[in-house]
Amino acid sequence: MPSKAEISFTLNGSARTASVAPSASALTVLREDFDLTAAKEACGEGECGACTIIVDGQSVCSCILYAADLDGRDVETVEGLDVGDTLDPVQAAFIEMGAVQCGYCTPGMVMQIKHLLATNPDPDEAAIRRGLEGNICRCTGYSKIIDAVKAASISMRAG
Amino acid sequence: MDQIAKQESLIGQRIPKPDGAAKVLGRTQYINDMVLHRMLIGKILRTDRVHARIVRLDTSKAAALPGVHAVIIGGDTLMIGIGVNKDNPPLKSGTVRCIRDEIAAVAAETEAIADQALALIEVEYEDLPAVFDPAEALKENAPQLHKDKPGNVGLSYNISYGDIAAGEAESDVVLDEIYELHYVTHCCMGPGCVLAEFDGMGKLTIYSQTQYPYNFKMDLAPTLGIHPGDIRVIQPPVGGAFGSKLDVYPFEPICAFLAKKTRRPVKLVFSREEEFIASPTRQPVRAHIRAGAKKDGTLTFRDVNCLLNNGGYTSWGATVPYVMMRTYSGHFRVPNVEFKSTAVYTNNPFAGSFRGYGNVQATYVTATLMDKMAEAVGMDPIAFRLKNAQAPGEVTPQGSLLKDCALADCITIAAEKTDFLKIHSANKAVPVGGRYRKGIGIATSIHNAGGAKIHKSDGCGTILTMDDYARVTLITGASEIGQGIDAVITQIVAEELGVPLTSITIVNDDSAIGPWDVGVHASRTTFIAGNGARRAAIKAKAQILAAASKEANVPAEELELRGGHVVQSDNGVSIIRLDRLLRAMHFAGEDAELVMVTDYYEPPSELEGDNHYGDMSAAYAHAAYVAEVEVDTMTGHVRVDKITVVQDVGRVINRLGIEGQIEGGIAMSIGYGLSEDLRIEDGIVKNPSFRDYKVATAPEMPEIAYHFIENDEPEGPFGAKGIAELPAIVPAPAIANAVYNAIGVRFDNPPITPEKVVRALHGVGDQ
Repeated sequence: MPSKAEISFTLNGSARTASVAPSASALTVLREDFDLTAAKEACGEGECGACTIIVDGQSVCSCILYAADLDGRDVETVEGLDVGDTLDPVQAAFIEMGAVQCGYCTPGMVMQIKHLLATNPDPDEAAIRRGLEGNICRCTGYSKIIDAVKAASISMRAG
Repeated sequence: MDQIAKQESLIGQRIPKPDGAAKVLGRTQYINDMVLHRMLIGKILRTDRVHARIVRLDTSKAAALPGVHAVIIGGDTLMIGIGVNKDNPPLKSGTVRCIRDEIAAVAAETEAIADQALALIEVEYEDLPAVFDPAEALKENAPQLHKDKPGNVGLSYNISYGDIAAGEAESDVVLDEIYELHYVTHCCMGPGCVLAEFDGMGKLTIYSQTQYPYNFKMDLAPTLGIHPGDIRVIQPPVGGAFGSKLDVYPFEPICAFLAKKTRRPVKLVFSREEEFIASPTRQPVRAHIRAGAKKDGTLTFRDVNCLLNNGGYTSWGATVPYVMMRTYSGHFRVPNVEFKSTAVYTNNPFAGSFRGYGNVQATYVTATLMDKMAEAVGMDPIAFRLKNAQAPGEVTPQGSLLKDCALADCITIAAEKTDFLKIHSANKAVPVGGRYRKGIGIATSIHNAGGAKIHKSDGCGTILTMDDYARVTLITGASEIGQGIDAVITQIVAEELGVPLTSITIVNDDSAIGPWDVGVHASRTTFIAGNGARRAAIKAKAQILAAASKEANVPAEELELRGGHVVQSDNGVSIIRLDRLLRAMHFAGEDAELVMVTDYYEPPSELEGDNHYGDMSAAYAHAAYVAEVEVDTMTGHVRVDKITVVQDVGRVINRLGIEGQIEGGIAMSIGYGLSEDLRIEDGIVKNPSFRDYKVATAPEMPEIAYHFIENDEPEGPFGAKGIAELPAIVPAPAIANAVYNAIGVRFDNPPITPEKVVRALHGVGDQ
């Protein structure tokens, strides 16, 4: 058996360590070692976005990222977004605008939008659609998700 | 006393789903996320042949691998067939008939060990002659798939009304067309998954994605050799269904059997590739249609012959003619109709049910054929459709009573809202040349909107209880599969009982608790389960008001529930707070009572009789969708700019939910019409990944304009009809008609891919 890699990283604001197999994906380690099951494996090849997390400010498909590459990085998952009883504006907008149906794509979608709004706080319609094109949703037809991005953008800019 | 102001009705409001918070927080546990103590991982070995005899199957090395707890093969166990024709033993022995075929399965301590074990199983085959085209499979010397199905015929459906020859004789125009409707697949974001465990008494608990938990028990039990009553179905949240989970598939009894054999919980999860290869598809159809009209536009006959590729086994896909025939016979006034369909066994994978259930295929044909026919008789697409639209009260040849038929209204409103005729002629008048061309097209359809009586009962059970704090628990047989019945039922109950939405808990995830329901299909759940919930709430209200009447000495008919109080209807003055009344009822000594009511709602509809005649739904609904597109004649790319939705919905219950269903349906139909194509060549799925199978993404979504026709269906809950399949049915043919308006080319073989458009426009080879 190949030896395991020891990694240290920040996970949703807390310093964490893990011992990971060289072939393990970041998604597998988050789900199995840290019980963070919000990010989903829906394709396993970086095509659908259901496993999206944010690493050092960039949204990435965690199913095709080696866990060993998380060493020294800052990792955010959807489980880290809410503070106390307060939802993140993107989460709140998703509920209010009806952007959730089966919910399987939702955690990845929310993280992709967090990244989108962090890099472009006031995206126009085309930028929103481009920003979401790597995340597949089979239920909603995206319209309500696009509405949620707009609502979250307004509420985040209003502070 | 307090005066309680009359509250705004909840009906028609935008109500978020009650499970939304858990889902956005990432706390929702799907089966895919579940871990049980001592749980093993199950994996299936599928054949790599399309038709072969298994000569040798050696599992000894796999069984000897440390960490492997069970290896099972067909022959001794799981030999009773499942599916509509009971022709699909979960584990195959002797012969394999398609590349999905399950030939062995393992349960191991980890996924890696399970994978390793599968790789150690040795199989030798003797290939058999294979057949992939249904027409070829009907020929005399074709390879035979099942011994008890001579000639490879799986299922046939036929109807005949009127006189085709007479209809043809009075026709001025006859069109004779062949359509090839392709394979597409559900692409649920949550891959197929099941978790099973047996208790020490031989009872099975199965955590299932099923959308028909009660008949699922009946369909699962025989192949496992257990009693349906010994199965408990638990339904954690599911990552999409869309009809794909209306049958038992081999992986489910295989997982259950592994759990039985190992005496441990076993979970089995599909990879995405496995999901593409081994989950059901939409039924492909080769439709040969001959249809006629008189010069004045009157339709004279439809003569339809459908050949269905049944694949190796039979699930619900082969039964979709049941719905197709209703559209061919009942959509527009068609005096003479014949419909024949044959599902033919081949060595392809098989189809299941999929949102729209045959009406996607039938409407693609009829809606584009209506366009062709209008042109052939020299009428505009609107006038021709209006000429043949039924009026309220008409009965279709198969006996569907169109009591409030809104077809003509749908067409008229759609034409007005989009300025259809002006744009349609303007597009046609644009001279050839120029890279981008605009098109507009309309399509219409009909669908059952008050359930569909295909079983002896189309009912749904409901149990409503209230606790000492006026909190409501509503137990319904109807499943939540993401579609939002949770929100709709919450609204309906809150509306009747005058309690806050947040005071209601829906329980519908455990067959040991919930009462029977047919399942989530046929656009029936808001109508059927919504009626059940409303009737249960009305019964609870009657019990509460009777108690309040006794308490306050005011006649019950002068009281109502409002804002968590019992109030006098005329002035809104509170008689008693609802929770206090409920406690008074509960702790009343010998007269003690709990609010605890049940309801079983059976819609007034009929099973079909001879010649498939019968009023099978309590309501029907029409829709007209207009698509506006732009075709890039250089790249062949079709962009959908706008979809205008005109749909008879009876009454909107949850505006957020209804829009969500429609938008999701439109995305699916855009995929069907333009990009989705599960390519199966010589029985092999060639594109089992999201990279090569193209579902619609956010940039492809058009602008959507809504016009709901709300005439209050008398039998529906608060007037609502079922709505959720028409949006997945009507857009694709509207787009095809718009493409024709843009470039003058018909595509009777969706999807209309850039490649097909370029080949058609520039004459490069076959399409």
